[in-house]
Parts: sequence; C-alpha cells; structure tokens
Amino acid sequence: MTDALFTYVLRLADDSLILSQRLSAWCYNGPFLEEDIALTNIALDYLGRANSLYEYASSIDKKLRTPDDLAFKRNTNEFYNCLLVEQPNGHFGDTIARQFMMDAFYVTLFSFLKNSSDENISAIAEKSIKETVYHLRHSSKWVVRLGDGTKESHHKISHSFNNLWKYTGELFVNDSVNEDLKKKEVCVCLKDVENKWISIISEVLTEANIKINDKSKMSYGGRIGNHSQDFKQLLDEMQCLQRTYPDAKW
Amino acid sequence: MVSEQTIWSLLKRIPDPEIPVISIVDLGVVRKVKFYDTELHIEITPTYSGCPALQMMQDEIEKTLEKKGISKYKINTVLRPAWTTDWMSIEAKKKLKKFGIAPPEKNIICPQCNSRDVEVISQFGSTACKALYKCNACLEPFDYFKCI
Repeated sequence: MTDALFTYVLRLADDSLILSQRLSAWCYNGPFLEEDIALTNIALDYLGRANSLYEYASSIDKKLRTPDDLAFKRNTNEFYNCLLVEQPNGHFGDTIARQFMMDAFYVTLFSFLKNSSDENISAIAEKSIKETVYHLRHSSKWVVRLGDGTKESHHKISHSFNNLWKYTGELFVNDSVNEDLKKKEVCVCLKDVENKWISIISEVLTEANIKINDKSKMSYGGRIGNHSQDFKQLLDEMQCLQRTYPDAKW
Repeated sequence: MVSEQTIWSLLKRIPDPEIPVISIVDLGVVRKVKFYDTELHIEITPTYSGCPALQMMQDEIEKTLEKKGISKYKINTVLRPAWTTDWMSIEAKKKLKKFGIAPPEKNIICPQCNSRDVEVISQFGSTACKALYKCNACLEPFDYFKCI
C-alpha cells in the first residue's frame, strides 16, 4: 500500500512541478504583460501544489528524503510525470493547448479525489480544485479565441492540439498502482475521469472549431519513468543549482 | 499566563505582507490559537497553494510571539478547510476598498468612483489573489480581490 501510495503521490507532484517549470519559462516572454503575469501566476499555483504533495510524499518515503531531495535529487527515470506536461512550450498556442488539456484533467481528477479516503490527498484536492477551475477558465477562453480567431491562429492551435493529442492516452491508464489504491478508495478509476475529461474537451473544441484528426499511436512511458530527451534538458536546468552546490539555501 | 485572547489581538497587529492595510487575522489566514498546557498551537492556512507570503507570515508570527516572551509554540500549516474569501471580515473589506482594491464580492464596484460599469483586463493580477480590472466611468485601472 505504502509503495503504491508513494508512487501515486509522486506522480501527482511531478506533474505539477514539471508543468510549473515549463510555465515559468514564459516569465518575461509572454505575448503581452498581462498574459505574462497570468502564466506565471498559474505556474506559482502549480508549484505550491507540488510542494504540498512532495511534503506528503516525503512523510511516507522509506528512504526518508526531504521534499527538496525529491524535487532536485532524483534522476530522469525516477520522475513519474506524464509526457504531456514535459512537452516543450513551443509557441503560445502550443502552451495553451497543453495547459487546457492539463487543467481539464486536474479539474476532473480533483473533483473525484476530493472524496479520497486518504486525508492528505483529499485536502490537497479540495484546495487545488478552486485554483484549477480558475486556470481552466483562462485556458478555455484562449482556446476559443485562437481556434475561432484568424485563419492563422486557427491553423496554429489546431496543429498544437493534433500534435499533443498522442500524449493524452497516458493520462487515463489504470495500472497496478491505481488498481491497488482504488480498492482502498484512495484514487478512482481513470476511465471515469476520462469520460468527464472528454466532455469538457469536446465542448470547448467544438466552440473553438478545432478538430482532432491525428491518428498517431498514443505514447506512453512517463508514469513509469521513461521520458523524452526534452525532459532531460528540463531536469538538467531545474536541478543544476542543487547538483552543483548540494543543499544550497536561499 | 497569556490568554488566547491576547494572542489573537497580538496577531491582529501583524499586517499582510502584500496588502499591509489588513492583518493576517482579518484575511482569515490564522485558523486556530490554542494552548495545550503551556504549549501554544497556532494553525495557519495559505490563501493560494503557491502563496509566497505564507512563509513571511509565519516568520512574523514567530517574531511577535518571541517578543512577548513565548518560546513554547508550534505553528502548523493546514489545508483543510480550504481558505475562502468568505472568511474575510467586513472591516477588512472596507479597508481594502479604501486602499484602492475592490473587495471580494459578487458585485464589483470601482474603488475610486463607485461605478458598477467595470470590465476585466486580466483574470490574473499583481498577486495570486487579485485580478486586474478597469473602470469604464473614471477610466482608472484597479485590482480586484478574487472571490474563492
């Protein structure tokens, strides 16, 4: 139980940290000032959530690692975030497509996890869902604005969605970790999450006039530690300071 | 011995680091003050998960307690129940408005000229808890404390 729980909490934490790290790179690079502030605000919420989750993970870690150890001293293959969050920022439309799909995923997942039998997970879900509903409103508006905007913006964001679609299958795979925890009502069946997620996605994409016609095979691996080359670069940059000056503090 | 009531009034003097006109008690961040025998337990809760001010608030609480000669204390961060703007006192909302920030209410009113003719510029503002608005009557931009 503890091993499955630890892995499960790490998956949630890693998703949040890596997405936050990606979003932070928009600081000073946003298309305009308000949007720069919006993306970095969202990054901050995800970072805060990652912190709560790492604190919990640290408290049940058999190797007794601190939250910072978990974030900065694990190797590529020890991270369990989904592949979608690690995809490069690309242009603004790519970032928005990725963000929208993750916001919708977390709004849905947390609406289930609020009732988790695990006190810590349910408290974090209850806290985070309020923020993520707000994030989803922001990303949905952009999807509609770009998809239903000019010919060029429509073309670009349609391409973003079709490019990223192959990474969405992984979000809904029930494996031994989930199965184990589902029995104890700690987590939920990801197929139920998928159904709700699809309905949010379809509604917004229809309004945005975006069609998914990508037929690529789904990519898997993030949840068991198999990541892309891009991820390795992200980690190198994120962990550089702690690797060079171990335990350095502000 | 110092009473819990005294502790509350001491904490009420600690300003929010980002919006100094209201205190951390007004904001609803302090959830519990209780003595267990001689040990003081204080519970605080973040407004937003990534609120960078929480650590500063905790440092300020520690300083205040130590100044008062209290050395046996524990400050815990709790996440449940999740913080809501409903916990903000009426007094705090009035202070916010006077400071130029529209308080967290359903009907958003321009803090400068009281017009209801306002529109959102950005859902995200200068801090995690605020959004950026502008008034169509006096044309001034202003911060709005988001309802959550």
